[in-house]
Amino acid sequence: MSTSLEGPAKVTKPVETLAGATVRLAGDSGDGMQLAGTQFTNTSALAGNDVATFPDFPAEIRAPRGTRAGVSGFQLHFSSNDIYTPGDTLDCLVAMNPAAFVTNIGDLRKGGTLIVNEDEFVKKNFDLAHIDKNPLDESDLEKRYRVIRVSMNKLTDLAVKEVGLGNKESARCRNFLAMGLLYWLYGRDVEPTLRFIEAKFGNQPTVAEANRLALNAGWNYGETTEAFISSYRVDKAQLSPGTYRNMMGNELLAWGLMAAARLSQKELFLGTYPITPASDILHVLSKFKHFGVYSFQAEDEIAAMASAIGAAFGGFMGVTTSSGPGIALKSEGIGLAIMLELPVLVVNVQRGGPSTGLPTKTEQADLFQAVLGRNGESPMPVVAACSPSDCFDVAIEAWRIATRFMTPVMILSDGYIANGAEPWRIPKFEDLAPIPIKHPDARKDDDPPFMPYQRDELLARPWAIPGTPGLMHRVGGLEKQDVTGNVSYDPDNHQHMTHTRAKKVENVAEVIPPLQVNGPEQGDLLVLSWGGTYGACKTAVELCQRQGLSVAHAHLRWVNPFPKNIEQVLRSYKRVLIPELNMGQLNMFIRSKFLIDTIGLNKIKGRPFDVAEVAEKIQQVIAAK
Amino acid sequence: MSSELPQLTASDFASDQDVRWCPGCGDYSILAQMKKMLPTLGLPRENIVFISGIGCSSRFPYYVNTYGMHSIHGRAPAFATGLKSCRDDLQVWVITGDGDALSIGGNHFMHAIRRNIDIKIVMFNNRIYGLTKGQYSPTSPIHKITKSSPLGSIDRPLNPLSVAIGCEASFVARSIDVNIKHLGDMLHRAAMHKGTAFIEVYQNCNIFNDGAWDYATDRQTKQENTLQLEHGKPLIFGKNRDKGIRLNGTVPEIVELGKGVSEDDLLFHDERAEEPTLAYLLSRFRHPEFPEPIGVFRDVQREIYDQELRRQIEDSRKKRGTGDFDKLFQTGDTWTVGSSA
Ligand code: SF4
Repeated sequence: MSTSLEGPAKVTKPVETLAGATVRLAGDSGDGMQLAGTQFTNTSALAGNDVATFPDFPAEIRAPRGTRAGVSGFQLHFSSNDIYTPGDTLDCLVAMNPAAFVTNIGDLRKGGTLIVNEDEFVKKNFDLAHIDKNPLDESDLEKRYRVIRVSMNKLTDLAVKEVGLGNKESARCRNFLAMGLLYWLYGRDVEPTLRFIEAKFGNQPTVAEANRLALNAGWNYGETTEAFISSYRVDKAQLSPGTYRNMMGNELLAWGLMAAARLSQKELFLGTYPITPASDILHVLSKFKHFGVYSFQAEDEIAAMASAIGAAFGGFMGVTTSSGPGIALKSEGIGLAIMLELPVLVVNVQRGGPSTGLPTKTEQADLFQAVLGRNGESPMPVVAACSPSDCFDVAIEAWRIATRFMTPVMILSDGYIANGAEPWRIPKFEDLAPIPIKHPDARKDDDPPFMPYQRDELLARPWAIPGTPGLMHRVGGLEKQDVTGNVSYDPDNHQHMTHTRAKKVENVAEVIPPLQVNGPEQGDLLVLSWGGTYGACKTAVELCQRQGLSVAHAHLRWVNPFPKNIEQVLRSYKRVLIPELNMGQLNMFIRSKFLIDTIGLNKIKGRPFDVAEVAEKIQQVIAAK
Repeated sequence: MSSELPQLTASDFASDQDVRWCPGCGDYSILAQMKKMLPTLGLPRENIVFISGIGCSSRFPYYVNTYGMHSIHGRAPAFATGLKSCRDDLQVWVITGDGDALSIGGNHFMHAIRRNIDIKIVMFNNRIYGLTKGQYSPTSPIHKITKSSPLGSIDRPLNPLSVAIGCEASFVARSIDVNIKHLGDMLHRAAMHKGTAFIEVYQNCNIFNDGAWDYATDRQTKQENTLQLEHGKPLIFGKNRDKGIRLNGTVPEIVELGKGVSEDDLLFHDERAEEPTLAYLLSRFRHPEFPEPIGVFRDVQREIYDQELRRQIEDSRKKRGTGDFDKLFQTGDTWTVGSSA
């Protein structure tokens, strides 16, 4: 693709090689930090690095400019090694204003690089950020960090002057200037971002040109300023061979749902209601009508659930997507789906709770809700994604189980996975295993009557769909008589059906893979994780293994039912540590089910685990034995 | 579908389940008229689905030999919306009651109607909660004494037809459980309508609210207290058909025919009027001030949600081809890690 500008000149300063780096861009929510971070991520991924990201949005859409509440952050970890987390401490922090500085500086490691837009460090902004003096004047700042003061406002204005933008539009280009500087510092190619500018702003030529000018000005500033004596390079990671693209969890969940529909030769009906942080799944799916996606934005969460069940009754792949508060509203509908024994997928992208809680922050506190949160004995399988790329596979697997067992399935994701990005190895569609579904055939009047609750060897009932002659039947939320499906108030039948529904869900364990262990098969400690804490736990365990500790890691994908070998795995270690971003929900399940004295590591701060937190706990537990 | 459908009868639509309503309940009549009407549609049984919520009326699907779903309280229109969105080939009926549709299910009722999804909603209005044994409902008259309102209800009732018309309903009708021929006609009209059809049926709950509709059903009084709507005809009622409705400015008034008032002076019914004003005006006629209209209030065509949804899908396929996953995966920035690298 051609652009009107030549790329920046060649690097002339010395280049230092790094294994990887963690960089955070922090600024006002109007400063375009998410866009800058996403571009930086794509460019790094295209350069062959492994990447992991952690966007941290403010709760308000546009909190007042310059305030702490308005700070938006984007953290990127790129590396020449395989990485599984967006990094604990920062090697480099870009702070676009004082509020961003005060709320983020604590995460910058000693000796790290601090890039600030010094033009914004003025009295007015100190007041907005509730600080009484210029933090850049602190005497030990330069001792602690490598501080690069950049006059970003002036440099941007100067760079874009020639296209004749107003002050406001010119200010909007500052994120590109910051990006340009980071690209220089980490030896990134500006080409992909130039292509992005062309695609995004192509119909506003002056804006496009101004962004290109700002990007190049940032790059050139790095090359010419005396503040930097060298730049860095991070070599390609040894990812397994294949073609990759950078993808976010919510995007891949949407693609996975679409792929699952095609693999089962179904069309996808999405009945949903907007809610943070799940709405992007709706946004992505609504674009793909030509893939046979019926997207329905319902009047509320309850209707969303109900419409998905209606679609499932009609033989479609019914899906609903939400977050904790929405799942609460759907729970009566989920109970009905359990009773009707229809396949439906319920996606919960978890966020901080209870109630409205922390909509833009991550948490794992809906596990009880997923497994238990309905009236009556109402078991359903629950599967949890462990990373952005895992979302694709989880969606397919969930639909495979839902249709095999005729049951609703809950998919758990979380805000961290949903908005995080990482390289996704692109599969060939033909390599994905089909999902076979059989609907019972039509019957004639003199055939024996159709029995809607007759079960197969795994206790699944047949999925008879309207339009099939001779299979007319009525389903409903009242207790069913076994086999016939007629309404029954018989006490023994109720006990039998309750057991049957429970056994059916337990039978899922017959077809899911056993729990795998990373590390010694027995030893001092097993770290058991589920969901989005996978990366931090894996990295921490590997770190401790390198320190010679006897520790292994096992990760649960299906949290209900558990894999068949779980008890035997748990009992192979002296202690079991269960890190969770909640008060110990998996921990309670494990303790009550197996009577094992497990240990919890619990964090409820709306943020993912740092690797160091988990590693420290591992060391502590092993030392205390 | 086979072109020579066997001629079905009402008994072909009877399921093998025992009907469990109280003896004398108005629901029996509605069920009977439905079973009688369905064969006239020429649809195979397997292409008809009844979906209900919770309440006495919502047992209805169990008694009809089609596909059916007895869902959860108030949500039947939402289940029906999902089903009909996917399955154009099915005729989808929602069976509901005044509590189910207007109280717990008010939101879904409203949104199904404004979307004009192609479903038929039959609301059995008995002005009471029957299944939970006699609490006041959103259509119970104010001051009504019930188990949950021993000093009289202080809830102002909703007018179901006014609500439906306010939601831009494209088909609105009213009938009465004991007017069996009229009820059958209304069900048939609803079945033939494209888009959401809403019928309110006055239904007697002889256990908890017996006689609630006596004024409209009693042989002695019904002709004075009801008014049968006919498209293009003047609004005339009364035992001797000697009374009519005339507009005085924008205010309707009852006039006696003769004595200087001719039929031409009366308000004429137009169920196809573009604007819902007339239908709304008619929905406001309440006993005892006015005779209550029965019949079709409104029957117009407008965009149908499920058809539009399918049209968007077909158009997208025409424009972009049926989605190709490998192409999708490779669109945009990708990079390759070679096995040789
Ligand atoms: S309680 Fe009333 S509405 Fe319910 S079945 Fe009995 S008579 Fe009919």
